[in-house]
Amino acid sequence: MAASSTTNFSARPSGRASTFWQRLRSGDDIAYVITLTCALTILAITALLVFELYKNSAVPRHQFGWSFLVTTTWDPVAGQFGALPFIYGTVVTSALALLMAIPLGVGAAIFLAELAPLRISNALTFLIELLAAVPSVIFGLLGIFVLVPALVSIEPAIRSVLGWTPLFSGPFYGVSIFSAGVVLTVMIIPFIISISREVILAVPAEQRDGALALGATKWETTWNVVIPFAKKGIMGSIFLALARSLGETMAVTMVIGNEPKINQSLFAPGYSIAAVIANEFAEATGDLYLGALIELGLVLFGLTIIINGLARVLVLTTTKKGAI
Amino acid sequence: MLSLRRRTVNAVMLSLTGVCTVLAVGTLLFILGYLFLHGGTSLTLDFFTKLPKPVGEPGGGMANALLGSAKLLLLASCIGVPIGFLGGVYLAEFGGSSFSFVVRYTTDLLNGVPSIVIGIFAYTLIVLPQGHFSTLAGGLALGVMMIPIAIRSSEDFLRAVPVSLREGAMALGASKAKTILTVVIPAAKAGLLTGIMLNLARVAGETAPLIFTAFGNRYWSPGWEQPTAALPVMIYTYAISPYPDWKQQAWSAGFVLLMLVLAINVFARMVLSKRGHAAR
Amino acid sequence: MTRRVFIVNAALVATLIGGVACGQQVPINAAGATFPYPMYSKWFDEYHKKFPQIPINYASIGSGGGIAQVTAGTVDFGASDGPMTDMQMKQFQDKRGSAILHFPTVLGADVPTYNIPGVATALNFTPEALAGIFLGKITKWDDPELTKANPGVKLPSSNIVVVHRSDGSGTTYVWVDYLCKVSKEWETKVGRGTSVNWPVGLGGKGNEGVSGSIQQTANSIGYVELIYAVQNKMTYGKVKNASGEFIQASLASVTAAAAGIPMPDDFRISITNAPGKGAYPISSFTWLLIPSKIADPTKKKAIKDFLAWMLADGQKMTEALSYAPLPQAVVAKEVKAIDKIQ
Repeated sequence: MAASSTTNFSARPSGRASTFWQRLRSGDDIAYVITLTCALTILAITALLVFELYKNSAVPRHQFGWSFLVTTTWDPVAGQFGALPFIYGTVVTSALALLMAIPLGVGAAIFLAELAPLRISNALTFLIELLAAVPSVIFGLLGIFVLVPALVSIEPAIRSVLGWTPLFSGPFYGVSIFSAGVVLTVMIIPFIISISREVILAVPAEQRDGALALGATKWETTWNVVIPFAKKGIMGSIFLALARSLGETMAVTMVIGNEPKINQSLFAPGYSIAAVIANEFAEATGDLYLGALIELGLVLFGLTIIINGLARVLVLTTTKKGAI
Repeated sequence: MLSLRRRTVNAVMLSLTGVCTVLAVGTLLFILGYLFLHGGTSLTLDFFTKLPKPVGEPGGGMANALLGSAKLLLLASCIGVPIGFLGGVYLAEFGGSSFSFVVRYTTDLLNGVPSIVIGIFAYTLIVLPQGHFSTLAGGLALGVMMIPIAIRSSEDFLRAVPVSLREGAMALGASKAKTILTVVIPAAKAGLLTGIMLNLARVAGETAPLIFTAFGNRYWSPGWEQPTAALPVMIYTYAISPYPDWKQQAWSAGFVLLMLVLAINVFARMVLSKRGHAAR
Repeated sequence: MTRRVFIVNAALVATLIGGVACGQQVPINAAGATFPYPMYSKWFDEYHKKFPQIPINYASIGSGGGIAQVTAGTVDFGASDGPMTDMQMKQFQDKRGSAILHFPTVLGADVPTYNIPGVATALNFTPEALAGIFLGKITKWDDPELTKANPGVKLPSSNIVVVHRSDGSGTTYVWVDYLCKVSKEWETKVGRGTSVNWPVGLGGKGNEGVSGSIQQTANSIGYVELIYAVQNKMTYGKVKNASGEFIQASLASVTAAAAGIPMPDDFRISITNAPGKGAYPISSFTWLLIPSKIADPTKKKAIKDFLAWMLADGQKMTEALSYAPLPQAVVAKEVKAIDKIQ
């Protein structure tokens, strides 16, 4: 029987042309329903999660209201809770990590996809994907024992170049927002590299050939033709990386210094939402304390909504078709 | 002839990409080497066959944690991979614009939830009503963590398949479902597998969601309804203990975990390449 | 297709086999404090060897976690480094319908550990010095409060870097409980809890994080558990006790602290700043939290038997792992209290 859809890939199969059984046999409707259900599952799970977070944070929400978002005190003994230092830490460490990981990641992906011979590229990518498997607690331990001493030793160098900015001022004890940013960079880079590489490899050869035929250099081809073609996939990988960095718990808490204070220097210790929840949840007792930690989870959720929204606006203004 | 400026830019930028790769690969090799030195060199057969022993007694192992992690990952994959993959298929093949936007957005949101919050979520949903910790709860928590990555990466790779392939199949009279099954998915095979592997790798090392769900067990854990040991939780517990003997085991476990994920990766790619022609 | 099907089937079969082969043993589950975890793991293992019928499975998720889980009923008993408050005990009563009993198991201590270039000896710390440092009032190592207690030691005039625990823990509870007792200012400004609002200092996660930070930061000071300092050969200082002596933490001095204070019937007591000669002032009991009514008769018998064994044979195993055993008077009292479990 004639297939019911033609080239409009986004439309539902039309009901006019075939009988119910024909459509069922051709499988289009089943495929549609099954895949739709799975997509809906995500919405259901997220809604349930938000509902649970909302419900279990009722006590502190009634007590503090919106001031929870701007208070800087975190005092479990006195029952005073505020989210601002954690919001600051989360945002700054993730921003720092993305700032370092995106150029490094996309750069490496370009090298692996365009320049390296295929077998070497496969082998190296395979190894890089292994980085994603290192448990975060190991990253944390490596952070304390390897990264922090290393940063302490190169700190004078950084300070001599960038010390005039308030970003790199003040004493440095090794554990700091900067260290957390570096650890996060290492943790999110595998996602950017491996996904970007795959997407770049999938760009049809004709696109490259066309540009080269017009006299472009390899770099010009890559930067002006291949990358824009692969942009959506690369953006997708960046969103994955961003998400991971916002929610990363164990590794961050071991190197960030765990001080709930806002400091303009990256060399100062800080605290992130995921870290404080991990640190204090197991020991927290009492509805207010537990509820405050859960409310922090809710705040992080809200933060993620805002950051993702901003990122999407950014993408929409730089690409033509926004299927993000 | 190309201008000097363009040639220089070309050379500089391309070598910079090489530098990036060296940095990334170098970091990984360093981590692997460190793990090997601290964990791999003192690995014994006992690690794989014996149950944990109290501190100070030699010969303990993590056999139950190995099995526990395997069970948890199996359950998580059964939940996360189908739902995520099929959801990705929906977004790539059937999606309209506004509903898909909402789904993608929500996926990214779920992805950003800290692992410990997912653990707490699974705790309130499964452990509390059941009244006990279980492998089931742990597997579910990990499965929920797998879904967003699976959706995102599946969609990305399916989208990367050129429209011409789809159109060709349609032109030959295949229905949409048949096109997806026989043309699009095979074409995206390598990428899809990459996505699944990355996903599994990430989830295999997660500790926080298991603390309040699978709980941990010093003994074997039969079936799915009892608490179970898992490698990442053992690593965490041992690594923060005061005893050098246990800390040593933590590094060994970290090394073993990494090697296991490597093995799964290698195995999967072997299976894939034997079957398919587009072996990558 | 066949290869894939085969692999999946093999995996499922292996899992099922792994499941079935281990028989019908249903372990008793317990959760709580991380500090005594090594000791408990040894005890439960030894006990299991002697009485293999029911294994006891303990997971160290933290004292607060232990209290929360035993109250929720997801574990059979809990463990905590700090006694439950009245409110927590009432919550347990409301939720589970019976009382909760405290059983001290071993003793531990917090020690001040530091990293001062050029100083390798055990420094003397007065209560005023410790409170001042952690309040942020005493900021340099050559402050008079420190130098007068340490004549003959060359203390540098560098800034003190304070390191504390970032994760909630019984170790912190003992430390701040002590500071509350010796410093009015600390009590009003900061208070006591497993997590507090520290006036100054960096937060390290776990003993690991704290000791790591101290090792890498010159002129730093922090607190860790005694076992941790001993096992990792760290330098730690002496603290002045209520009798005026500078005591270094050791198994003997910790047990002396416990012996110095009469034990109440419900076993909930803080022994920081204990009176008595040779008592180390920052010591603490750690407790098992056992419901007074246990429905399952097999579990009840196993738990009661374990307690009796722990108070007799178990106490002999503590010193090898650097835990201090309970004083005799406390043991005797506890043995009688086991009967309260119905």
